[in-house]
Amino acid sequence: MRKILMVLMLAVALTSAGGCASKKPKPGASQSTEVGNNTADAAGAGSDAANAGNVGSDEDAAGPQGGLLAKRIVYFDFDSSDIKGEGNDVVAAHSKYLASHASTRVRLEGNTDDRGSREYNIGLGERRAQAVRRALLLQGATEAQIATVSYGAERPAVVGNDEAAWSKNRRVEIVYLAPGGQPAPVQPQR
Amino acid sequence: MRSNKPAAYIAGAVLALGAMAPAWAQLRVEVTSGITDPIPIAIVPFARAIPADGGLDVAQVVQHDLEGSGRFRALQRNQMPATPTQPTAVVLNDWKNAGEDYIVVGRVVTLDGGNLAVDFDLLNTLTGQRVAGQRFVGTPGALRNAAHRVSDVVYEKILGIHGAFATRIAYVSVEGQPPTQKFQLIVADADGENQRLVLESRYPLMSPSWSPDGQWLAYVSFENKKSAIYVQFVRTGERRQVSARAGINGAPVWSPDGKKLALTLGGSGGNPDIYVLELQTQNLTRITDDPAIDTEAAWAPDGKFIYFTSDRAGGPQIYKIGVNPGDRPKRITFSGNYNARPRLSADGNQLAMVTLDSGNYRVAVQDLSSGTVRVLSKGHLDESPSFAPNGSTIIYSEREANRGILATVSVDGLTGLRLKSEQGEVREPSWGPFAQ
Repeated sequence: MRKILMVLMLAVALTSAGGCASKKPKPGASQSTEVGNNTADAAGAGSDAANAGNVGSDEDAAGPQGGLLAKRIVYFDFDSSDIKGEGNDVVAAHSKYLASHASTRVRLEGNTDDRGSREYNIGLGERRAQAVRRALLLQGATEAQIATVSYGAERPAVVGNDEAAWSKNRRVEIVYLAPGGQPAPVQPQR
Repeated sequence: MRSNKPAAYIAGAVLALGAMAPAWAQLRVEVTSGITDPIPIAIVPFARAIPADGGLDVAQVVQHDLEGSGRFRALQRNQMPATPTQPTAVVLNDWKNAGEDYIVVGRVVTLDGGNLAVDFDLLNTLTGQRVAGQRFVGTPGALRNAAHRVSDVVYEKILGIHGAFATRIAYVSVEGQPPTQKFQLIVADADGENQRLVLESRYPLMSPSWSPDGQWLAYVSFENKKSAIYVQFVRTGERRQVSARAGINGAPVWSPDGKKLALTLGGSGGNPDIYVLELQTQNLTRITDDPAIDTEAAWAPDGKFIYFTSDRAGGPQIYKIGVNPGDRPKRITFSGNYNARPRLSADGNQLAMVTLDSGNYRVAVQDLSSGTVRVLSKGHLDESPSFAPNGSTIIYSEREANRGILATVSVDGLTGLRLKSEQGEVREPSWGPFAQ
C-alpha cells in the first residue's frame, strides 16, 4: 500500500510539474482532453516534432444507439481480414450513419488472438482495421472520419486458450469519439 | 478540467520512472532442467561486513546463479566439513573427500569511505590450484551486482564461457483484464531479483529493447490510444518520444552502434514496413517496401544487415536485407510455415525465432552457416526469444495456465529455468548487454 501511495504521490508531482512547465501552447492542446498526452509531457517527453499534426481528441463517446448501430464489433476468421456475415451489416449501418453525420469520428481498433508473435499480430490487427476502414469508405464515410489503431493480441476481449476465446478476440471494435476534436491526420510522415 | 478530476487524471497517468525500487510482483525461480553430470562445487558462506552489507548473503547469490545455470551442483551448507573464508584455511582433502571439484571462499569487507570490497578465491580441490581470485569494489547498493560478477568469473574460469549473471533483463508485466489492465515495464537482474519499475500505463506497453550500452530502453506505448515509440534513460526515467506517426509505430530495436533504431511504420494506409531512424537527426530511411506485413526487425551484429518477419510469401517467414538503399531481401527460413520474430546471437551465427512446431508456437534456433534448425522450447505459446549477451542462453516467455511466465533455455537445449510472477503475467523479456 505504501508503494502504491508513493506512485500516486509521484504522479501528482509529475502532473503538477507538467502543468507549470507547459506554458507554451501546442497545436490542438487546448482542445485535447487526453490525459496521456499531458502526462507524457510531464514525464519529460520531448521531440514534439515527431508528434506535430498528430493531434485531436481521442476521447471515447457513447455514439449512436439502436439496432445494428448498437453493435460495435466485427469478428474475423483465423488468419483472415475478410469481413463476414453479420459483420457486413454492422459495417454498412455505421457507414450510413457516418455518411449522414459528417462531423462524427470513429477509431477502428484491430485485434487478434494471442497465438504467434506479438508485433506480427500488430500487423494482422491493423490489416483487419484497414479492411473495416475500406468498407466504411466505400459506403460513404470519409477518410477524415476514421482513425485506426492495432492492439494486436494486447487487449483480448476474452481470456482463454481455445477457439471459443480466440474467435471473440479476432475483432475490430468501432469506437465513437467525442465531438469537438480535430479530424485525425491522414498523411503518413514518410 | 485538470483540477476538477484529479482521480481520473491519476488513473490515466503514464508514469515514467527513474528506476524505482522495488516493483511489487516478485519473480520466483525454478530450475526446470540441468545437465546429467553437473560440476560439484562448494560455495562457502563469505565473511560478512555487518551491517554495511545490508544482510545480503553473497555466497547464496553465487550459489543460486551457478545452480540456476544447470551446469553446477552446489554443496549444501549443512554438509560442509568447515567454513573457511580464506584460501589458506582450506583443507583441500576435506573438500575432495566431500566430492567437490571446486571450492569458493570469500570475504566482504568495509573500506574507508563506506564502499564494500568483495574478495574471493576459486580453488581446484583436486590439483590445489588457485583457479581465480579477484576483488570487486562498489557501494553497498552494488553488492548484489558484485556477487553476480563473482559468479561470472567462476563460470568462465571453469567452463570457458563468459558468464552473463551480472546483466539485466527488461520485461513487461500485465495485471487485470481490459479495460482495467495495468502494464508495467520492469528491469531486473538476470536472476529476476533487484526489480525496478521503469514505466506504468493503463494501455499496452510492448517490445522493450536495450541500447547497446545498457543505459536506455526503447519501447512501444499505446498511452495515447495509438502506438508511439519512446526511448527512456533507465536510471533517471527521462524519456523522449521518437516516433508517433500515423498508423503502426512498432518493434523498435537499437542498432549495434547505438545511434539508430530499426522500427516498423504502418502509415495511414496500414501497410507495415521496416525503417531506420537516426536518433540524433530524426532522419528516416525506408528499408523495405512491400504490400505484405514487414515487421520485427533485428540487427546483425555488424550493423549492415537487418533480419525481419514478412508474410510476402503467404505465411510469416524471416528475411534478411542490407541497410543500403536498393538492397533486396533474401529469404532465410524455409522449414515450416510460420517463422517470426528473429533475434541474432552476439557473434551473428545463430538466429532465434518463434516457429510453429506441430501446432505449437516454440522457440527455435537456426544455425546461419549450416541452416540447421533446432526447436529448443516445449510449450504451446512460447514467444519473444532474446539471447543472453554470451550467446549461450535464450530467455523467452511461455504460457502456464493462461498466464505468461519467463523461461530460459540454453542454446544446447540441456538446461533451463522459469521465472514466475506472484501475480499477473510477465512477458516480452529482453536480455541486456554486458555491463560496461
